[in-house]
Amino acid sequence: MQVTMTVNGKTVSRDVEPRTLLVHFIRDHVGLTGTNVGCDTSSCGACTVHVNGEAVKSCTMLAVQADGQEITTIEGLASAEGELHPMQKAFQENHGLQCGFCTPGMVMAATSFLKENPHPTEAEVRLGLEGNLCRCTGYHNIVKSVLAAAAATGE
Amino acid sequence: MTTTETTSGTKVLGQRVLRREDPKLLTGEAKFADDLAVPGALHMAVLRSTVAHARVTSIDTSAAKSRPGVVAVYTYQDLKDDWAGPMPCAWPVTADMKNPAHFPLANGKVNYVGDGVAVVLAESKTAAIDALEAIEVDYEELDPVLDLEESLADSNVIHSEIGTNLSYTWELIPNKDGVDEAFANAAYTVSERYIQQRLVPSAMEPRSVVVVPAPFGGDFTVYSATQVPHILKVMLALTVGVSETKLRVVAPSVGGGFGSKLNVYAEEVLALALARKLRQPVRWTEERSENAVATIHGRGQIQHIELAADAEGKVTAVRVNLVADMGAYLQLVTPGIPLLGAFLYHGVYDIPNYSFTCRSVFTNKTPTDAYRGAGRPEATYAIERAMDALARKVGVSAVEIRKRNFIPAEKFPYSSSAGLVFDSGDYRTNFDKALEMMGMEELLAEKKLRIDAGSRKLLGIGISFFVEMCGLAPSRVLASLNYGAGGWEAATVRILPTSKIQVVTGTAPHGQGHETAWSMIVAEKLGVPLSDIEVLHSDTAIAPYGMDTYGSRSLAVGGSAIHIATERVLDKAKAIAAHQLEVAEEDLDYAEGTFTVKGSPDRAFPLAAAAFEAFTAHNLPDGMEPNLEASVSWDPPNFTFPYGSHIAVVEVDTETGKVDLIRYQAVDDCGNRVNPLIIEGQVHGGIAQGVAQALFEEASYDAAGNLISATLADYLVPSAAELPSFELGETVTPSPTNPLGVKGIGEAGTIASTPAVMNAVVDALSHLGIENIEMPASPERVWRAISTATRH
Repeated sequence: MQVTMTVNGKTVSRDVEPRTLLVHFIRDHVGLTGTNVGCDTSSCGACTVHVNGEAVKSCTMLAVQADGQEITTIEGLASAEGELHPMQKAFQENHGLQCGFCTPGMVMAATSFLKENPHPTEAEVRLGLEGNLCRCTGYHNIVKSVLAAAAATGE
Repeated sequence: MTTTETTSGTKVLGQRVLRREDPKLLTGEAKFADDLAVPGALHMAVLRSTVAHARVTSIDTSAAKSRPGVVAVYTYQDLKDDWAGPMPCAWPVTADMKNPAHFPLANGKVNYVGDGVAVVLAESKTAAIDALEAIEVDYEELDPVLDLEESLADSNVIHSEIGTNLSYTWELIPNKDGVDEAFANAAYTVSERYIQQRLVPSAMEPRSVVVVPAPFGGDFTVYSATQVPHILKVMLALTVGVSETKLRVVAPSVGGGFGSKLNVYAEEVLALALARKLRQPVRWTEERSENAVATIHGRGQIQHIELAADAEGKVTAVRVNLVADMGAYLQLVTPGIPLLGAFLYHGVYDIPNYSFTCRSVFTNKTPTDAYRGAGRPEATYAIERAMDALARKVGVSAVEIRKRNFIPAEKFPYSSSAGLVFDSGDYRTNFDKALEMMGMEELLAEKKLRIDAGSRKLLGIGISFFVEMCGLAPSRVLASLNYGAGGWEAATVRILPTSKIQVVTGTAPHGQGHETAWSMIVAEKLGVPLSDIEVLHSDTAIAPYGMDTYGSRSLAVGGSAIHIATERVLDKAKAIAAHQLEVAEEDLDYAEGTFTVKGSPDRAFPLAAAAFEAFTAHNLPDGMEPNLEASVSWDPPNFTFPYGSHIAVVEVDTETGKVDLIRYQAVDDCGNRVNPLIIEGQVHGGIAQGVAQALFEEASYDAAGNLISATLADYLVPSAAELPSFELGETVTPSPTNPLGVKGIGEAGTIASTPAVMNAVVDALSHLGIENIEMPASPERVWRAISTATRH
């Protein structure tokens, strides 16, 4: 099947098997490998991307369902000039990542979360990121990063 | 914050330097093994046994072979001449250890759910996976052996060729009479039985391997999501029969390991053997549910610990009997894992008599092996839980029983009854600091208040004071434990003609921030900007020597090697500078990249100029080799012994049994602190993993031997919502074992936190007569314990 969507501002069109998941479309057909696959039950959130600006686990959606939509992946988050997004900066400044495998999904989930709730409490951040698993950080510095990004954006 | 004085006095060490690894990981630029684009690669998929214990009576691959896109399908019989030896176990802990032959695919019999039965190669991943369903296997099922004590009874032997389920018995009983006497004369004894449940390590990146044959010359590049590229290279050479000179192993970005990638796996062996057979690249990435059964598990022990104590509660002997679950086969270091804890069952206490026995048995389950802490969490759990049990018997607090038994600071270096020499420590100072930070008085008052008021939610406070042995390891000590390799680490420091610096390390980071920390060690010594330094690692073509990353060894051993190599490079540069300035070396000072003549600071010679002189070699001292580099292989003289006080506060809902961890404080002593930012991150993550063992995680099997927690929907890796922020403190007691005075921090949190949380859960309920709850302390287990409690 032919699917066409916008990925990080560029229109891409590919012929895919109907069963192709959005995450495999992004990784295997578009060649953007920043979006990771960490599980097979939509539990880990490593594959989180934005579909029309909202966080979606890209393993829960078929590529054909994303036809005509706007997709943003981790590769599309920094500015065209390469300046990191405030959330990416906050993750670096607060050591919010170690191995970095969950990080793209975590950052995409966190930016979407802050759009919904720009001034969250710590407890709200923890609940808001419940769908994204990290095995390295114990979440302490991830939560700190998100709170720092919220503070920086609110300034 | 502690820093180390150096000749340059720049004090980079001890600073919260942000990680240089981060930008590529934050933008998706980093490449994990599955991200590598390899044109023409065949996709591999493994058909796994769906039964725990069975004879394989027939395998029909014909339908699978005829499916579209399928290139080949193989079974054990098809490949039995494609490897040079069985899967490696590098740690034959005793001379008579039983190690059943283990091949990448099952030879006529399957021994656990997940055991490889056949392998498919296809043009796409979906074609490979689809083809698995077309392979027909007939099993003649046998009763599975799942329970450790049942396995020990040998009524049903898994590997008939060895005639027993017992792999080995390992004893450390330096003074049996002393132990017996201590128990005979004890005023108090405790006898506790704890179960270390099986855990699924669950690194977020699944395992992945890509093998690419070179277009000529017979060489292979193996890209693997591994913690141990160097060990993997040696073992692949031996197992597959490819000359080590023809193998290059690269660990690209690796998404966490926690011990689960410290191994040589069937899929790595198969991918290399099949790339050689078909002369095509072969790639494989596991599914998460495959990871649950085909990647090693951690823990899996039944622990029996007994303490003897005098009338004051001073412990006089500890006696431990373990039964350890090896799983179906011995993987790379499976049998050695209990031994890494074997010397530490007296914990931080001055216990003169020691007895440890471990019997390790096979079961029809996934093989076990190293999981973060590896042996030391188990030891710490047993002694810290038993100390609380002793405190209850003696009628003193958990704080008091520990104070009465600590190894006193003046006894360091401390020769333990188990035969180790602990490098340095001041446990009491660390403990006092932790108790003060925590506000114990207020907590205890609040706990009592809630009991008195009949509150639904009770408070529990749990203490765990841990010590571990890490910085693996002095090679001669490893020899005494029959380990099949050394414990040294290699480093090369090289100043290039343009004065940029290459640091080559044999460590293999997978999230630990070595590129940042190692460049800090070099910058400290040379006084040059961090941006001038590049750390190269995890590629055996660039870093040919190394022992990789595990056992909290990388900084203490690998960092020390870099420190020493940097000193040697600086010494050589000094010789060049002295030659150029026509002064004696001892007349030179060095600071921030420049040599100056003592008393004449205007007479200067930059390090950069020395690098260029070494390159041109136009005017070097007589006999000096024209380079500015030093290579060091450093073997540590001893382990390092980090320690610390961890305190957990839980709230137990007596109506639902739910346990909430509401506070967690850790005061760690890891010696000198290179980068506190990274240290704290390691502690946070370690705590979370240990808490997860206490409250959430368990590899559960049904009666037929199926893993029923085989997905991340069933296996409860905690999310941010289940954990609090952590409160950290530190003390600094440098280790005399290495030139950096460091100890290691990678496993500390995991080692300490499980008993802290379980002691807190029991503390919340001990007034009801509850003395033990098995892990994980799920709402159901806690609720049942409360419902059947003797006192209400």
